[in-house]
Amino acid sequence: MYHKTQCEGFQCEQAMLEVPGEAESIRQGVLERLVSWMRHRSLFVLAYGTGCGAIEMRPLMTSRFDAERFGIVGAATPRQADVLIVSGYLALKTLRRVIRSYEQMQEPKYVIALGSCTINGGMYWDSYNTIKQVDRYIPVDIFVNGCMPRPEALIEGFVALQGRIKNGEKGGYHHYREHIDWYKANQRKVLGDQIPPTYTCDWYHAGGVV
Amino acid sequence: MHAVVDSLAMIGVSYVMGFLFYGFYRQFNARVQRRWGPTIWQNLFDNMKFFFKSETLIHGPMFFFGPMIIMAGAFTTVLFVPFLKDSDWLQGFSQYGNLILIIYLLVVGPLGNALAVGSSGNPFGVMGVTRGLTRLMGLEVPFFLGLAMVMLQHETASVHAIMAAQDSLAHWGIVTNPIAFCVILLPFIGSQHGAPFDVVGAPVEVYAGPRVEFGGRLLGVLMTQRMMMSIAKLVLLVDLFLGGATNILVLIAKAFSLFLLTTVISMVFPRLKTEQAVDFFWKVPLGLGVLGVILTVWLPSWSA
Ligand code: SF4
Repeated sequence: MYHKTQCEGFQCEQAMLEVPGEAESIRQGVLERLVSWMRHRSLFVLAYGTGCGAIEMRPLMTSRFDAERFGIVGAATPRQADVLIVSGYLALKTLRRVIRSYEQMQEPKYVIALGSCTINGGMYWDSYNTIKQVDRYIPVDIFVNGCMPRPEALIEGFVALQGRIKNGEKGGYHHYREHIDWYKANQRKVLGDQIPPTYTCDWYHAGGVV
Repeated sequence: MHAVVDSLAMIGVSYVMGFLFYGFYRQFNARVQRRWGPTIWQNLFDNMKFFFKSETLIHGPMFFFGPMIIMAGAFTTVLFVPFLKDSDWLQGFSQYGNLILIIYLLVVGPLGNALAVGSSGNPFGVMGVTRGLTRLMGLEVPFFLGLAMVMLQHETASVHAIMAAQDSLAHWGIVTNPIAFCVILLPFIGSQHGAPFDVVGAPVEVYAGPRVEFGGRLLGVLMTQRMMMSIAKLVLLVDLFLGGATNILVLIAKAFSLFLLTTVISMVFPRLKTEQAVDFFWKVPLGLGVLGVILTVWLPSWSA
């Protein structure tokens, strides 16, 4: 069974990076704190197996790594999910589906990107058909690097995300709302006319910023 | 005033019991699969989280009324099942109702579900509802037959009178009428969406089936009603077969032992296909039920 002491060796660097700074933690009322606390204990995951990194998400849910002890369970549809995992490289076709799924999720929602391919293209950096940085198209809350990341790393990422949720930090979805023009422009650049219709985010449409 | 406080207390008790029982179920399930599993409070967290999520879906008014109908069905069912016997508390409106009314109320849930899902138009949801209604055909008949046997045995439809008749262990329904208990138990697991008969909401085949379009608050409502409904049915079975309960601790103990029994059955058997489930219901519990009716009617001395 996976067992973790505080941290060991190089993990400590990572842990120190993940500690939120003083300025970042936001003051919350009692009810907000309670709600954030419950939120961080209950994450429904939409595991989008886009690339080879998806293979490491399966052991996460089963007996050996048992993500359910952190309150992390799989969601059946985007509508019920809190966290979208983008696991690996995204082909242009897949990107459309990912954006569509992301916009269908109910807020608050978070994105975890898995593997080097989502960070800088990884070994697909010169592919004609994949995008290199996922966070240009949808807001990513946590990157888990590695090719492919072990389930332990993924759990580390989840725990870091839970820490952020607990502190009431603004999730990536705020960023998406605030910078929707930038995201849509980037999406349009690679997808052209194939960009998903805006009715999945009617607030965007209502703002008249198409 | 008493009625209002009492009703609120019943709803509160059934909700708390609901999430604790289901939390236990998840943890127990995890231990059987040799993992740690979530805390016992997990269902409360999930439920509350959904209540505080946004809800941006619009599928017409019926999509919103459907969960409300289901929820109202759950509330009324809870209020018409007496939780305790020989007590002023936790009675709700049970003195105005009887078993036949409860049977009617049990159908409100699936009905509201079908209405809501139908208006969403999602094919997976419709598929789930079709499966659900097919399975309902299988499980309702033996379930009602079992309840009819209990009514026949005690010659009354009043849950209070049935409870009062079971004054000692030797007179518990499970001892005096074990066939009816067996007939009811399996459809009961089915109506709780327990494992061998959970084909309706299969997460990877039909993407949670009837719930596929629900996210956010409406899903929270659905989760709440499911927990409360399970508790109402458990308490009903405790009233009918385990002699009711005189105080809340006894009630929890009895309901929990029954829950444990159904849990263990769910845990060992894999999921049946829809037609397999219907086949099974029409053969085993229904056959047993017909046998039981013949015995009860033709050999009245047997059940006395
Ligand atoms: S990072 Fe490596 S494992 Fe992950 S999708 Fe890219 S090539 Fe595959």
